[in-house]
Amino acid sequence: MTTATGAPAGSKPGDRPDDRAPSPGDPFDRDVLPTPPGATGTLLRSLLAPMRARVAVTTLLLLLQQAVVQAGPLLVAYAIDRGVPAFRAQDHGPLIAVGVAYLACALAAGGLQFAFVAAAARVSQDVLLDLRGRIFRHAQALSVDFHERYTSGRLISRSTTDVESLRELLDEGLQELVTVILSFVYISAMLLWLDLGLGSVAVASLVPLAALVRWYRRRAGRVYRARSTAIAAVIVKFVETMNGIRPVRAFRRESANDADFGELNRRHERVNGDALLEMARYVTGSRLVANTAVAAIVLWGGYRVADGTLALGVLAAAVLYLRRLYDPIDRLGMFLNSYQSAAASLEKIAGLLAQTPSVPEPAAPRRLPPLAGEHPGREVVFDSVRFGYRTGGEVLPAFDLTLPAGQTVAVVGSTGAGKSTLAKLLARFYDPSGGRVLLDGVDLRDLAVPELRRGVVMVTQETFLFSGTVADNIAIGRPDATREEMEQAAKEIGAHDFISALPDGYDTDVRKRGGRISAGQRQLVAFARALLADPAVLILDEATSSLDVPGERAVQRAMTTVLKGRTAVVIAHRLSTVEIADRVLVMEGGRIVEDGEPAELIAATGRFADLHRAWRDSLA
Amino acid sequence: MATTPAPVQDRSAVRSLLRLWPYVRPVRARLFSAAFVAILASCVGLVIPLVLKWMVDGPIARRDPAGVWLGALYLLLLGFAEALLFGLRRWLVARPLTHVEASMRAGLYRHLQRLPVAFHDRWASGQLLSRATTDLMLLRQFLAFPLTFLLVNGVTIVVGVVIMLLQDWTLGLVVLGPAVPVVVTCVVFEKRYARVARRAQDQVGDLTTVVEESVLGIRIIKGFGRHRSQARAFRDLSRTLRGTELRKARLLATIWGVIVTLPEVAIGAALVVGVVQVADGALSAGTLVAFLSTALALRWPVESIGFLLAMSQEAATATQRFFEVMDEETEHTASGHATSGARTGAKDPRDTGLRFHHVRFRYPDAEPGSPPVLQDVDLHIRSGESMALVGATGSGKTTLTALVPRLHEVTSGRITLDGVDITELSRKALRAKVAMAFEEPTLFSATVGDNVLMGAGDTAGTADLERALAVAQADFAHALPQGTDTQVGEQGLSLSGGQRQRLALARAVVGQPEFLVLDDPLSALDVHTEAAVEAALRQVLADTTALIVAHRPSTVLLADRVALLSGGRIAAVGTHHELLRTNAEYAHLMSGEEEGAR
Repeated sequence: MTTATGAPAGSKPGDRPDDRAPSPGDPFDRDVLPTPPGATGTLLRSLLAPMRARVAVTTLLLLLQQAVVQAGPLLVAYAIDRGVPAFRAQDHGPLIAVGVAYLACALAAGGLQFAFVAAAARVSQDVLLDLRGRIFRHAQALSVDFHERYTSGRLISRSTTDVESLRELLDEGLQELVTVILSFVYISAMLLWLDLGLGSVAVASLVPLAALVRWYRRRAGRVYRARSTAIAAVIVKFVETMNGIRPVRAFRRESANDADFGELNRRHERVNGDALLEMARYVTGSRLVANTAVAAIVLWGGYRVADGTLALGVLAAAVLYLRRLYDPIDRLGMFLNSYQSAAASLEKIAGLLAQTPSVPEPAAPRRLPPLAGEHPGREVVFDSVRFGYRTGGEVLPAFDLTLPAGQTVAVVGSTGAGKSTLAKLLARFYDPSGGRVLLDGVDLRDLAVPELRRGVVMVTQETFLFSGTVADNIAIGRPDATREEMEQAAKEIGAHDFISALPDGYDTDVRKRGGRISAGQRQLVAFARALLADPAVLILDEATSSLDVPGERAVQRAMTTVLKGRTAVVIAHRLSTVEIADRVLVMEGGRIVEDGEPAELIAATGRFADLHRAWRDSLA
Repeated sequence: MATTPAPVQDRSAVRSLLRLWPYVRPVRARLFSAAFVAILASCVGLVIPLVLKWMVDGPIARRDPAGVWLGALYLLLLGFAEALLFGLRRWLVARPLTHVEASMRAGLYRHLQRLPVAFHDRWASGQLLSRATTDLMLLRQFLAFPLTFLLVNGVTIVVGVVIMLLQDWTLGLVVLGPAVPVVVTCVVFEKRYARVARRAQDQVGDLTTVVEESVLGIRIIKGFGRHRSQARAFRDLSRTLRGTELRKARLLATIWGVIVTLPEVAIGAALVVGVVQVADGALSAGTLVAFLSTALALRWPVESIGFLLAMSQEAATATQRFFEVMDEETEHTASGHATSGARTGAKDPRDTGLRFHHVRFRYPDAEPGSPPVLQDVDLHIRSGESMALVGATGSGKTTLTALVPRLHEVTSGRITLDGVDITELSRKALRAKVAMAFEEPTLFSATVGDNVLMGAGDTAGTADLERALAVAQADFAHALPQGTDTQVGEQGLSLSGGQRQRLALARAVVGQPEFLVLDDPLSALDVHTEAAVEAALRQVLADTTALIVAHRPSTVLLADRVALLSGGRIAAVGTHHELLRTNAEYAHLMSGEEEGAR
């Protein structure tokens, strides 16, 4: 594994087929992950595809609405050219017809408007629901390795501000676009029908407008991409500060943070302003074109009315239509705005969704064989497993190890010896780059997630608590567990006493006092969770680091009963854990350098004997 | 997921929005001129139909080519003016408004950094984030659009109505008819809309919280294969949000429907009346064209009022949410109450070192009647002495350490540093004197070197960095890809718990602080590293006043003496061996043997 030692920034991706991305190199430094060409469009299409029917109905509603609205000037022309002479001739029919038609149009316009807004909101909300779910599920499916590099702040901005910009596109943008296109088509058709000449001039004016739109799209695209990146940087900084507020305070980082955040914020302010200015240019340009066209048409139409080749009513209707023809230009700008901003966001979302989980779920999952005895443990085999982090650091070169079912193994060794890597491979947080990890003879990669997690569960020193109650947090181990089972698990591990002493016991909201459940107590909660999960193989990675000695003892006492019959891998700096182990592995540089029963190793003169002596001394 | 803070009492939208004034003030000149320009542009737009009327009734009717040319020229000029004014308005507000948004965001961030830690315990950061992003964007849009256009459209409508009334007052009145019902509908619906909008915004905050937690807790979720149930929780929340959004949309659709229908009905009526008048000869055809043209030109301003009001309403809620946070008192304004009575004023020369005087502490948001975390802590750590703090899990050790740099304020009693009450020092000065290493070693997105050096003053350099790394046995930093310039934290290389802990320790000692507070600083280290760190730390501790939370004998032995925290009091003070002999609880904590077993 040559890429292991401090992989240089220039290491080429694709050296090995499984080397998906180079490390301190490119894609994760930038905000946009490599996206296959066309992925953005594909994403948008796939989001809209299931709604095809409803999109059609919504569009139809809008078509009808526009048809009704655009009938107005036509009725005006009819009223002036026919209604007036008829009325003078005491024929009230045409005028009454106009009045009734206008009223009907007004009512229909309102009703259709209502129906359209409601229908469009449904489509847009369903698309958003779908997209939010996809991002969330995909992010959850991606490996721990990915999360370590993609930073929580970016993921959050993908599923908040980026989704929000798609929402703007769907909520307002699409309506704008359809309205704009429909009005253009309708009004152009009307104008052409009213008078071929005037209509042609109006249609011709669309050519410079189209050019303007293209120009704007190109420029705005750049600006919006920059803006989306800028806001993501702001979010990352914000989240980091709020999550680390204690050290921020203690080390008086407030002013320095203000400066850093100010810089990021200003960068966003600048591109944000750029975006608005692009819009200003576009609006000015399009209005100029539109108003020039109106003047030209009136000039020509005026001449022709003067010539008598054009009826006054027709000119009046044409002018009314013209004003309407260009009214939606601003709206087109707004649409382009939302489109560009949504495209920039969708590109990033597509990039995220295009990431293949490096720890994929099996296509054809296998089941674990039924348990042999009455014991819950299973056999674990590392079969010439190789592993190296992309970021360099720990490595496991050609590693072989068999843990018989029911054995409790303590793994010791200095930082960087590969202990945690071993644990993460066994928990399938990572997949080996070579070789296999087998659970009762089944490759971990062939197990579906629920099956895998009945097999292997890992408790780490991380003590994150989710919002919700203490009970909720324990129940993550097995959501269908009863309250009794949960309390039983907490009792066994020695967490029951402190939980009962909380204001609402198990129902205490950890967010309200989340900062106040101590790290040691959090580790007990994590243990209770693992016990509740009742796995065949339990991995404890530094899981007792924050416990005090009695706490650790209590856990160990519990372990001797809990681990009985289970296969367990215990990684600990503190050798007290070793006392409950059947077997000790000493690791160094990714290899096992000593392997034996604790007493045996202590009696020998190897590293473990050294470690053990040092530890004994530390107990003083 | 009950993280949504209860909304404060329903303030009126206008009152909420008025609170934005201090932020808008600096750009008021630009904003007002932009509004003025916008009004001007709309008026120009309204004059265009008048020119049309003049052309139809004048040159065209008289078949006067020169007149037609002149009219077209007028139209062209007005058109240019309108276009340029439109552009000018946008140009005027673009930079100032993004500046308002940015300065509000910076202000929020600034304020949040200075709010008491207790505030952050209570608020999920997703809720804070949604205020800093979505809400502020809403506010910028409000200032750019609804605010200006409510004014502009209002003026446009008034001017348009005046023009119409001047042209023909009967027709004008007919067109004006629906104004009252439209306004009534708007007012009724806005109220309901406001409530739904607020709910939607809070739900977005909750959703953000779930996303954030699912990312921060990814190892737990993966470790237990719970991504499906997490996804279910997320789906439920996003479904709820969808429901709220749909309710919002239905309200909006109703307003739209009313606003589209009524004016159109009125214009239809005006058309019929107008045609009758033209037929009777009471009205010229040109006037009718101009009149209808004006009425149609007013359609957009009238129609837009519905969504402008809706946007304003959302902006008002966003403002309320923004000020919910801004109205919280920062720790600088929230004074350390309760201490004044106990203050002795005069400084006792023998009172050196770090001293707790009858310190009592309960969390400000703790339920009334619940016992305080710290009852009556009396402890004196002499100058240059290091004191280990031992106590059962959850006994309040971490809480006690947080009181020293005033991350929380004592409820009563006082803490002195060399005889000076910590409340008499500025927090900045206090925190410069006291360095901390937390149980949870947090690194920030910066280089390794910067992360360590943030514990020291600005003058600290490479030599200090090297010394601190040596003390913390963090030489691994040099072996990182770019050495101590390697980026770590959110945006960089992820380090192991032990590595982070050592860097956090280096950060605590780099500034050679007078007072050092270490919360279980060696928990994630292996035995060898721990021994090496201890050896190096001993030298640092030789002349530093230190309080060290310890779980293990090896850590306790770093200190000169040990204090046992139990039942919210210091139950015993002495050397490790003394306490082992004399105190059963201590012996239990250190050896794990049952009390009294020895």
